[in-house]
Amino acid sequence: MIEGAPWRRWVFFYVPVTAFVVSLLFPFYWMVITTIRPDSELYRPWSAANYAPFWTTRPTLEHIRDLLSETLFSTWMLNTMIISLAATAISLFCGLLAGYALSRLKFPYAGLIGTAIFITYLVPQTLLFIPLADIIRNFKLGDSPWALILTYPTFLIPFCTWLLMGYFKSIPKELEECARIDGAPRWKAMVYIIFPVAIPGILSAGIFAFTLSWNEFIYALVFLSSPEQKTVPVGVTSELVRGDVFYWGELMAGALLGSIPVAFVYSFFVEYYVSGITGSVKG
Amino acid sequence: MARVAMRGLNKMYDDVHAVIDVNLDIRDQEFVVLVGPSGCGKTTTLRMVAGLESITGGQISIDEKVVNELPPMDRDIAMVFQNYALYPHMSVYDNMAFGLKMRKFEKAEIANRVKEAADILGIQDLLKRKPRQLSGGQRQRVALGRAIVRHPQVFLFDEPLSNLDAKLRVQMRVELKKLHERLGTTAIYVTHDQVEAMTLGDRVVVMRDGRVQQVGDPMDLYNQPANRFVAGFIGSPAMNFAAVRIAAENGSLWAESADLRIKVPAPIAPRLGRYAGMDATLGVRPEDLRIARDGDANDMSFDVAIEVVERLGSEILLDVAAGSTSMVASVEPTVTAKVHEKLRLAINPDRVHFFDNQTEAAI
Repeated sequence: MIEGAPWRRWVFFYVPVTAFVVSLLFPFYWMVITTIRPDSELYRPWSAANYAPFWTTRPTLEHIRDLLSETLFSTWMLNTMIISLAATAISLFCGLLAGYALSRLKFPYAGLIGTAIFITYLVPQTLLFIPLADIIRNFKLGDSPWALILTYPTFLIPFCTWLLMGYFKSIPKELEECARIDGAPRWKAMVYIIFPVAIPGILSAGIFAFTLSWNEFIYALVFLSSPEQKTVPVGVTSELVRGDVFYWGELMAGALLGSIPVAFVYSFFVEYYVSGITGSVKG
Repeated sequence: MARVAMRGLNKMYDDVHAVIDVNLDIRDQEFVVLVGPSGCGKTTTLRMVAGLESITGGQISIDEKVVNELPPMDRDIAMVFQNYALYPHMSVYDNMAFGLKMRKFEKAEIANRVKEAADILGIQDLLKRKPRQLSGGQRQRVALGRAIVRHPQVFLFDEPLSNLDAKLRVQMRVELKKLHERLGTTAIYVTHDQVEAMTLGDRVVVMRDGRVQQVGDPMDLYNQPANRFVAGFIGSPAMNFAAVRIAAENGSLWAESADLRIKVPAPIAPRLGRYAGMDATLGVRPEDLRIARDGDANDMSFDVAIEVVERLGSEILLDVAAGSTSMVASVEPTVTAKVHEKLRLAINPDRVHFFDNQTEAAI
């Protein structure tokens, strides 16, 4: 906390914090207000006498109703959910094993392999989608959820591996040694001791991976083409922007509904999540 | 119950020779302490017995069975770690039961054994708690409990008391000793604290730079240190050393330097004969120095000036200087000596040590 006179607290704490919070939350407010604003207000010229962009007097749910009835939004939600969960599960599983191996097992070139995995994470998706598109076509996976379930791990596995590697390193190795003396073979020590202790780290990796897949845009845009296969980010932007016509109300309703699962996941696990990023384990 | 034998034990890390040719026979029910400064190889030796480090050379056997290639779980040992290594997500009961569950004991048997161990250690009330709700001493007990429920052949202790505060450490030291009396399980204990080593060990193994310096019961190490390192390491305050030259004169040997001149006592003179005219190191413990009385022979005493007086209650430590040689003398608490006073100290002739300057071995 800031010490000293009250004005110091205002200048160095309350004012900056307020500015920060307002600038961060304003886009969300804009999203909500646009969603519930009727079209007649939405497309009113700014020179009109009753122009009021920051609030509405006649809130409506018609955009949400249109979104759910006129578009395939619920299908997109389902697609995104299935793809995100599957990609996260695959990546967490691989990341757990790889992270454990790289942080705990002694084998030749462990450091080199760790770095190599990290480097793959640095290759931009905007380049990687070109060779991946070729692979997807060869395996005839285009325009199916598998195209994304199998390509998202290309960036999620390195991410999970590195995050978990760091977390495993913070767990005292005596815990595991003790378990091995207690009669647990290595895999049992891993499953009964290390993984439960690493739950904050595992949850963090899972939340991150889920969010990254939920929001992913470019692979979804390139690998999926038919409307009923699309994910929320691609579906909303491609189906609700027709030529130069923007269906702002529906677009914002889609953005709002699409962000709810992520917000839900974060708020549910926020405590674990924070300790996963910052904390370590005390014996 | 088991014997542990190490034969020509070696451990190499990339370019560090951490443990060199260690030979050790630990008898059934014996409490052996490995002691030495950090980096002397004592913990590495213990971890090789536990199976947590691979063995580069030599062999280890437990109860006549070579265990070099055996994984830790099959060696029938239990280990207590410096940081206790309690499983943070499990209750005290589950911590203690884990080893038995892994070994597929019946539920009732597990409950019996945990209760028995908890009774021995006085932690019956803590069984439902998580490790983070325990104090340091309680964690220590749980770690011990986890070791004893398994009824292993050998206990391994890796500096188990060094995370405790001084008072608790003394208390737990006594409890450990009692526990060993009661269970009689063979134990190997690693510490860097010579007091712990002396008080706990049936035998003490002093190590330095990967090599065993001396093995013996605590009083042997104290009375007959094998070399200068052991002499300086065992005993508190540490033994005084003075560089001297051995001179032969009128049929007897003298240890002399610019600061003092001592007649070599007759019983050890024969061993020093071949050092006549050569340099050596004189060693004498603080408790073997006393303030000279009028009747004392001049050839076993020397003049000093007092630099510091440390009053410990049961004794007084005098930090003195004989010329350029610093020494510590432990004298009776009734002595009224003051700083800067000059006095004469006498050496107990039966308790003088000499060390070879090249090999550091006791002469």
